[in-house]
Amino acid sequence: MTESVERGVPSKLSLMELSFTVNGERRTVRVYPMARLLDTLRQQLGLTGAKEGCGEGECGSCSVLMDGALVNSCLVPILQAKDANIVTIEGLAADGKLDNLQEAFLQCGGAQCGICTPGMILAASHLLHKKPEPTLEEIREGLSGNLCRCTGYTQIFEAVAEAARRRSIATP
Amino acid sequence: MRSDPTEYQLVAPGTLQAVVSLLAAEPGAWLPIAGGTDVMVQYAAGRLPARKLVSIWNLPELRRVEVSPGEIHIGAGCTYTDLREHQIVRDEFPLLACAAGWTGGIANQNRGTLGGNIVNASPAADSLPALLAYDAELILVSARGQRRLAYRDFHTDYKKTKLAADELIQGICLPRQFAGYLAYTRKVGARNAQAISKVCVAGLGRAPGGVVEDVRIALGSVAPVPLRLAETERLLKGKRIDPPLLALAKKTAVAEIRPIDDIRSTAKYRAGVAGNLVEEFLVKLGAGERAT
Repeated sequence: MTESVERGVPSKLSLMELSFTVNGERRTVRVYPMARLLDTLRQQLGLTGAKEGCGEGECGSCSVLMDGALVNSCLVPILQAKDANIVTIEGLAADGKLDNLQEAFLQCGGAQCGICTPGMILAASHLLHKKPEPTLEEIREGLSGNLCRCTGYTQIFEAVAEAARRRSIATP
Repeated sequence: MRSDPTEYQLVAPGTLQAVVSLLAAEPGAWLPIAGGTDVMVQYAAGRLPARKLVSIWNLPELRRVEVSPGEIHIGAGCTYTDLREHQIVRDEFPLLACAAGWTGGIANQNRGTLGGNIVNASPAADSLPALLAYDAELILVSARGQRRLAYRDFHTDYKKTKLAADELIQGICLPRQFAGYLAYTRKVGARNAQAISKVCVAGLGRAPGGVVEDVRIALGSVAPVPLRLAETERLLKGKRIDPPLLALAKKTAVAEIRPIDDIRSTAKYRAGVAGNLVEEFLVKLGAGERAT
């Protein structure tokens, strides 16, 4: 405590109000500016799809999309998400209907324990947005920041390839 | 030990001007944070000494790439993804584009910035040897004005730099003069992506007819700072690449570096690999290869 006073930080930081869009809805939260986006999503907004794995940007289980870019939400201070457009795994299934990536993960057995799955699917969604017809190498690279300790990855890569095929059929 | 957000101030003034004014008002008191890929890791581990942070993420003044006939100016806030996707960086500065693709996974490439990588000053950073090879210059900005500094003079010792307490890196300038150069880069680590290098090399050269006209060799993870092999380069210039020259260059390169033992590797292994990588680059250069 003494240390923070010496460094000139107000002894009591006050909560601030800040808004951003989550899964298409404008949300306002009361937070400390260095609160992590991950904690705000999980604890204040009840969106527990993003998981905390390593807490240091290595495992990808907290992945979300921020203004269309895949990010590790454990490394985003909430102030930097002010007015941003955030998409979590909960935002992928519209009106209770699964996204075709989610369908493909189910069909291909792309999940076992499920901890990495939300991050995997958002990383895959980001990849398919940039590269609608990825090669296997591109799929592997696109998901290289997302660790899975169960599947050995093969079914996950197959699921992403399958979703890409379905999308190309749906939108020729 | 997790840090407590109630103990940390974070502000986002929104413009470069406002950020440098804040730094000038209390030099050294505010830690700039861009994409957080280093700062937030220290924060999460309870090891972030700074208590007052100023966000420079997505400042428009820092997120531009400006191209002129003589040079390219990369805003310090450009992310690795920005670099990988920029056509001129890909075409003319492949060592940098390649290193950007090695740095972390996609999520970290979307947030990690080139300026942040330079200021974080890890000797193991993959993009820094490329900047050395291209003779990058830094534009440093403060409320006092701008100054330009050769990047090779920026790091003074392990994690020590010439950045003043009230300064930010505004941009990185690379001269557009490497058409026809062989660009060679390799990273040796436990794996390519997401593993910190044991040794990383960026080489650039021209050797028409096997005679070295220009050569630049930069290495990461082999000294307290990212290192240009000035002695090795000097002895190579104007000479024909043949087996005796290769042997001498390799020996000189190994003598120039100061590798250490750490959790990722040993000094002995690093010296061996560094010598071999220098040799591999020079063999390719001597053979007239143009691409990696």
